[in-house]
Amino acid sequence: MNARSFLINGLIAGLLGGLIAFVVAIGVGEPAIDDAIALEESAAAPAETEAHSHAEGEEEGHTHSHGDEEEGGITRGQQAGPGLATATGLIGVILGGLVGIAAAFAAGRFGRLSPVATTALVAGAGFVAVVLVPWLKYPPNPPAVGSGDTIGERTALYFGFLAISVLAVLAAVIIARQVLASRSAWTATAVAGAVYLAVVGIATLVMAPIDEVPDSFPANTLFEFRVGSLLTQASLWLVLGVVLTGLVHRAWTREAADVARREAAAAL
Amino acid sequence: MSQLNPTAPATVAPVSIPVRELAPWALFAALLAVVVTYFVGAEQGAFSLISGSDVHEWVHDGRHLLGFPCH
Ligand SMILES: [Zn+2]
Repeated sequence: MNARSFLINGLIAGLLGGLIAFVVAIGVGEPAIDDAIALEESAAAPAETEAHSHAEGEEEGHTHSHGDEEEGGITRGQQAGPGLATATGLIGVILGGLVGIAAAFAAGRFGRLSPVATTALVAGAGFVAVVLVPWLKYPPNPPAVGSGDTIGERTALYFGFLAISVLAVLAAVIIARQVLASRSAWTATAVAGAVYLAVVGIATLVMAPIDEVPDSFPANTLFEFRVGSLLTQASLWLVLGVVLTGLVHRAWTREAADVARREAAAAL
Repeated sequence: MSQLNPTAPATVAPVSIPVRELAPWALFAALLAVVVTYFVGAEQGAFSLISGSDVHEWVHDGRHLLGFPCH
């Protein structure tokens, strides 16, 4: 197993994860987005529909544009179909590549854990650091929530927190490996967990909250959207992790068998 | 074969890949990740390299559902 095979296996696993996430998103994410867009349009509509109560046959599929006046040529069907697939597929591929490389770093560097076990650990830690914890601090919002004026600030906060969360995992792992040299694996794991939670805990307290949900926005739609978003990402990471771990397992058992055969031959 | 050495695969110690060998692949994956994340997660939102809003609109639902701030 080399760096290249880890990366390629990661890209394959990530692409599959992205495609499954697309299917899951259609089932659990799109209904809430449609509801939110319907609310956004009914809130924006009165001024126009008061004037001419029957929309003049505009059935070309409404794209919800944010502040920008021009509609562009992209329909809701495209956004919810190929557009969504592009996003989940691309993000799946790059996450797969990153997890693959991280698994390549981890292999053979955690005591006697096999590359299969370290790969599963990397994927699990990745989900917590990249999805779960940022989701808790800055939960995603559906259309019609959020002011265009603060997009810069919100983007900076989100990516800043994401970076802190990922760096906290790296710091926790580096410290845990030091601890592992003199203490038990249990102690090392506990220290890693404590380091990570301390860092993201402090960041959560220090970094500004984002609360732009209008009072009138239905709580059910918000909840449904946020859970849908979490499930979409969880399905991506689950498939990515399981497939990559399986591919690493296959490569590892093959390599282990080769080594054993060579040793047996040398012993004769 | 397995009768001769039943625990063979388990006794093979995992060998780590040298950092020097990993570094270029890691750099490649990281660059790819930054570019893709930028276009899916932030282009024509907080930043705008390409004029118009087609990129934003195309990845719109994914941007929302993958947890990025959209608008
Ligand atoms: Zn939006």
